[in-house]
Amino acid sequence: MPASLLRELNSLLGSSNVLDKIEDLVLYEYDGSVEKARPDLVVFPHTTEDVSRIVKLAAKYNVPIVGRGSGTGLSGGALARGGGIMIVFARMNRILELDLENARAVVQPGVVNLDITRAVEHAGLYFAPDPSSQKSCTIGGNVAENAGGPHTLAYGVTVNHVTALELVLPDGEIVRVGSKHGDAPGYDLCGLFVGSEGTLALVTEITVKLTRKAEAVKTLLAIFDAVDDASRTVAEITARGITPAACEMVDGWTLCAIEDYIHAGFPRDSAAILLIEVEGLREAVEAQAAAVEDVCRTHHAREVRIAKDDRERDLLWKGRKNAFGALGRLAPSNYVLDGVIPRSKLPQALQKISQIGKKYDFAIGNIFHAGDGNLHPIVLYDPRDPLQFGNAIAASHEILSYCVELGGALTGEHGVGMEKNELMPLLFSDADFDLMRRVHDACNPDSSLNPGKIFPLSKGCGEIRVRKQAKAHSAKV
Amino acid sequence: MNATANLASRLESVLGAHRIIAAEAELREYAIDGMVPNAIVRPASAQEAAEVVRFAIAEKLAIVASGSRSKLDLGMPPARYDIALDMTGLHEIAHFDPGDLTLSVDAGMPLRQLANVLAEKGQFLPLAVPCHETSTVAGAIASGIDSTLRKQYGTARDFLIGAEFVDGNGALCKSGGRVVKNVTGYDLHKLLIGSLGTLAVITRLNFRTFTLPQTHGGYLACFSNLEDASAYRDAIEKSGLPLANLETFSPEMVALISAALRETTTELAGRLDPAKWCVYASSEGNEAVVPRIARDLQKLAKEAAADGSEVLSASADVHLGGVLREAFDWLRWTSPIVALFRLALPQGTPGALAGLQGEAQESSLRSAMVVRAAGFVYFTMFAESEDDSALRAIEKAAAHVFALAAASQGHATLLHAPLKLKSRVNVWGPKRADLGMMQRVKHSFDPQNIFAPGRFVGGI
Repeated sequence: MPASLLRELNSLLGSSNVLDKIEDLVLYEYDGSVEKARPDLVVFPHTTEDVSRIVKLAAKYNVPIVGRGSGTGLSGGALARGGGIMIVFARMNRILELDLENARAVVQPGVVNLDITRAVEHAGLYFAPDPSSQKSCTIGGNVAENAGGPHTLAYGVTVNHVTALELVLPDGEIVRVGSKHGDAPGYDLCGLFVGSEGTLALVTEITVKLTRKAEAVKTLLAIFDAVDDASRTVAEITARGITPAACEMVDGWTLCAIEDYIHAGFPRDSAAILLIEVEGLREAVEAQAAAVEDVCRTHHAREVRIAKDDRERDLLWKGRKNAFGALGRLAPSNYVLDGVIPRSKLPQALQKISQIGKKYDFAIGNIFHAGDGNLHPIVLYDPRDPLQFGNAIAASHEILSYCVELGGALTGEHGVGMEKNELMPLLFSDADFDLMRRVHDACNPDSSLNPGKIFPLSKGCGEIRVRKQAKAHSAKV
Repeated sequence: MNATANLASRLESVLGAHRIIAAEAELREYAIDGMVPNAIVRPASAQEAAEVVRFAIAEKLAIVASGSRSKLDLGMPPARYDIALDMTGLHEIAHFDPGDLTLSVDAGMPLRQLANVLAEKGQFLPLAVPCHETSTVAGAIASGIDSTLRKQYGTARDFLIGAEFVDGNGALCKSGGRVVKNVTGYDLHKLLIGSLGTLAVITRLNFRTFTLPQTHGGYLACFSNLEDASAYRDAIEKSGLPLANLETFSPEMVALISAALRETTTELAGRLDPAKWCVYASSEGNEAVVPRIARDLQKLAKEAAADGSEVLSASADVHLGGVLREAFDWLRWTSPIVALFRLALPQGTPGALAGLQGEAQESSLRSAMVVRAAGFVYFTMFAESEDDSALRAIEKAAAHVFALAAASQGHATLLHAPLKLKSRVNVWGPKRADLGMMQRVKHSFDPQNIFAPGRFVGGI
């Protein structure tokens, strides 16, 4: 990295907003995925203009850039695969406008997801997308990855809640797309940029829709002695046209780990549980809860508990949302996968995951959004053991390939990033890549922005900015 | 005529004579704002559509894809129009998995026929769009026209989960998939919504389907002025009641709706008072939810000092819902000159709505207004003849409408206007800041600019 670039960044942002020492940079070489890649410099802009100037400097020095929020992503989307400058949005964390009348909030990308809800809940509103990491992940990261969460089953993922964006393109140009009230004349550019994984532009301001809190909510915990029964329950809830606000499944083995950690009162001897939430008007909730309970019992639920109050409900959700942490106690590391299948195919998918786990001798937990077919198998492994590391990757590829075979997709909410880009040909043809590449190049012609993501490098998709050494998997310790 | 015959015969050599039409009378049926194509092609498969596109690229010809042609007046007339690509020959359901609530359907499938198939499994697609009896599924998506169910079910971007299409290089491409949650690759299918065929030829669309509600209900409340009607509407929004639709009609609009209703029923039309502002709310759900919502609405109407209110009978609700769904269609033909605007305005701004009416009055034009779900306003100005003074009056008022929308942090589009007005007024409103980005997207999809050139925003 040229010393003059560092000097120019220091004079642009002040040295307190620039990191260049190795001991600082190592903190930014990983995210929630199994990958690693170290940036050469980390900078903290405070304004959109800062971002634009940083980007222009990077262009001048021909250095790649990657944007980052809190680094909770699970596909390596916020890793500097090409080295270069990492733009961390943590200090662009202001809520710029709350328009409660129109149920909109305008926020900077570094605002933490849950903080939007905290700012508006006094008015009976909230921000619907709720990834498990919502206490720490940022809205900018949510936009980049089109993040989901348990309650996106009924309310949709991030893109369904974004109406306008301010963007900085790789040449430093600042562009606003969409409109506050939505449905702006022209192409749905917000729909394109949300979920583009930071490969088209850096997002510097986001206008989000706020959702009104439901009048009533019921949370049911259904306990099953067979995983198949739980799977069939989910399929039948969908088939009966009941749309719960959330429908989560946790297998019995994982549940024991959670119970050890959270003490939420989960049974230790079940095969699987479903955590199902219904929301809406009181009358609708009563009817839906009764219907859900009926389906559970038809499929041999051993017990169906209904949370009596908010405290019980919160405890059940705490168990679900801290599940990854609970599993962290059992192995040196875990690898959270993210595949999607048609909802009716849950039973065979879970059987296959179990077979693949046996084949590679891994314990694989399952905690996932069953209602929309979004699987999260969690492979427990030791990344310091090269054989285990390789097997974890192989198991992941087999599971995801099977998802595609069942008519599903490679990722439901974590993104492709540098984790699954080589699997993309399972779903897309050369013509599909060619068009996606043209759209990419229309915004990011030199691949200076977040190189080495989404597109398979093996396809020769013109990625010249990826460092050889960054591709190598290194142990996460 | 020579060029026409020549083009048709060259096309025949690609797809065979049975797919090509060049008869003058039929060509005129495909006219867009008076522009007549030189040939009509009816492909029977996505591959055939791609062959036509490749032919057009080689011959530097412009293509406009269409379905039932019910909304071809949206946008500007194309700058060039050589081939009308009639997609109604692609009309199969490729997949329908009721258990997964997912659907994959060919572009030319009529919405009505699709609705019948889905209803057999107790499901539906919440695309309650105008010209519903004739529209094709891809036409509904490409037009981007409003659905009257958006308040409850969202817009197409919320339930379109994937697409297959021919890009401007003649390649068959796809994006998304057939699962309800998916972030694999760029969401290119979202760009097709409302693109008026300027990016690609849609060949197949994948949707999330929904379960038909057990029952539905409608509630109508009338007010002597706009302010009271707006206050009632605001109270409804704040109550958080889950409504399927919520619309406010100006007195002139009430009169037009009455007239439209009379064509199918006598039940409600007589009771709609054309001196009042009316607010219609509808809901869908189970047998307990719908009456509960009606009770709450009744209470809110009373608090807002409504002049009158009533729970609609099921049949009156169906009729009124149908008339509202079709509003875009019938509003176009209510007068010799109709300028129909669609505006996005912030909620709770009766001042802006009064301002719209004022613009029409100042130009001595009749107008009618409906504030639709999510704050979208359909504002229509009428003139009785196509003489120049009437056109000038509408042109002047139109400039004010666009300015008013911009001043309210909203936006406006002229959805329908006679060609004479379109040649004077940019139907897409003032230049948008993101036009450059849209041009980049257009060029990525259609580098030769063969798809409906000139119909879209900023001359795209």
